Amino acid sequence: MSIDESTAARVAKLARIHVQDDALPALAQEFNTILGFIEQLNEVDVEGIEPMTSVTPMALPRRADVVSDGNQQTAVLSNAPDAREGFFAVPKVVE
Amino acid sequence: MTDLNTLTIADARDALRKGETTSKALTESCLNAIDSAGALGAFVHHTPDLALKQAEAADARLQAGDAPAMCGIPLGIKDLFCTKGVASQAASRILEGFLPEYESTVSAKLFDAGSVMLGKLNMDEFAMGSSNETSVYGNAVNPWRRETEDTPLTPGGSSGGSASAVAADLCLGATGTDTGGSIRQPAAFTGITGIKPTYGRCSRWGVVAFASSLDQAGPMTKSVRDAAIMLETMCGYDAKDSTSANMPVPNFEAMLSGDIKGKTIGIPREYRIEGMPAEIAQLWDDGTAMLKEAGAKITDISLPHTKYALPAYYVIAPAEASSNLARYDGVRYGHRATLAPGDGITEMYEKTRAEGFGPEVQRRVMIGTYVLSAGFYDAYYNRARKVRALIKRDFEQVFEAGVDAILTPATPSAAFGLGEMANADPVQMYLNDVFTVTVNLAGLPGITVPTGLNGQGLPLGLQLIGRPWEEGDLLNCAYALETAAGFVAKPGKWW
Repeated sequence: MSIDESTAARVAKLARIHVQDDALPALAQEFNTILGFIEQLNEVDVEGIEPMTSVTPMALPRRADVVSDGNQQTAVLSNAPDAREGFFAVPKVVE
Repeated sequence: MTDLNTLTIADARDALRKGETTSKALTESCLNAIDSAGALGAFVHHTPDLALKQAEAADARLQAGDAPAMCGIPLGIKDLFCTKGVASQAASRILEGFLPEYESTVSAKLFDAGSVMLGKLNMDEFAMGSSNETSVYGNAVNPWRRETEDTPLTPGGSSGGSASAVAADLCLGATGTDTGGSIRQPAAFTGITGIKPTYGRCSRWGVVAFASSLDQAGPMTKSVRDAAIMLETMCGYDAKDSTSANMPVPNFEAMLSGDIKGKTIGIPREYRIEGMPAEIAQLWDDGTAMLKEAGAKITDISLPHTKYALPAYYVIAPAEASSNLARYDGVRYGHRATLAPGDGITEMYEKTRAEGFGPEVQRRVMIGTYVLSAGFYDAYYNRARKVRALIKRDFEQVFEAGVDAILTPATPSAAFGLGEMANADPVQMYLNDVFTVTVNLAGLPGITVPTGLNGQGLPLGLQLIGRPWEEGDLLNCAYALETAAGFVAKPGKWW
């Protein structure tokens, strides 16, 4: 599998990371190096093996369905780059 | 009396309990050491006022009697742990200015036990790195230097600041985290002890997430005994982490008998990698002989899928990182890019993340995005998870056959020069974790202990891998190895 510049650009877009056009060739090259390393996994016989979902076999614990936290608007907003009137503020989303 | 900052946790605890010193005196001694160690780049946020306040409270508790073992002990906390009201940036620009409104469970356990926080410690950005060179704060520097020159060396990573601080006696112990070797590799590079416990032992709540199925916190200390003491305080069930183990935490220190007679130590043949430097092979042979001398039975074992651990890791860890780091979007906390007129929310995300994440983090997030994307999920991500299951099975079979612990080198080399890997491709840097990463994939406990110096006078360490949940036995094996190795060297002070 070889990654070209347009694939690199697509991945950057999916990851929501802005990459300048002139940086794409080097990025594609790095991806190819790393994916080349990962390709070794194709040598392994994984027939009949289930993908690991949990490193320690355990059932997810359950808790009572009750409110355990809340009423912390100030704390929640305290680190926001832009908070107004009790909300997170972002650029216009809907025209 | 020796300088208080050079004490082990065990010695400081005993001195505090006997009233021979105070937490305030210990803390001041460490704060002074930190003030003159700026060249090490270990501490990146200093909290002297908080430290002295905590020390005073600890002294009052000690006076009243019945204080826990960690009471009054000055520690450094890795920047990955959220500490209430104290900058917690994961060494990233994207968390600049972030002041957590809450305390991580592990740091809360330490502070509840009376420990003192001297400040936050340098690390690789989001714990992604093996040399502490991806940090927004700049490099942490190893207090050790080669005998014949003064090239600045890496303390390893990602817990490089923790390793440097403990090795240079800036604190008595430090917290680290380990996703692929980030406690054990820097511990080995700096001649200290580091343990990654079984996955689920330490709560991950409040620790900035890198790869959730691999991340574990653990202590970095000056001795195995200190690791036992500090680990016990850090461990324990936490309802806020759904993978936290609801199991009793034993008194690890009480299990340090040093008696390993009749224990079976496995030597995995696949770890004798091609091109292994002679000094690493020698160290490993010496360590094997020490454990044999101490009464252990040595047996050759095979872990056939070892070779595939690193490639599997470099699918699974980036995949989880790409998901975990999606939260850094410039909306709720941290950095937000300055926008141009007409920029919408997508531009805000893309510019914020391009400015806020360093190159290695961007690379891993994008690799993770790729291996999870439609059409590749099965070929990469699912295949890697199957290989991971096989790696875990390798260990299970060895333990079922009666092996109690596995001895391996900790790292493929001694600490290398800062900048030396700058032109290497990313995979070369990843190879640093070749001996440690299997342990995270299998969720096992692993510890590194310094056992010798290389030809240039730099510390080298060995790793012991234990059965799940048997940190006590593992620490005891490590204690026997530490005793036999008698490693006492310290770096010469140049900073």
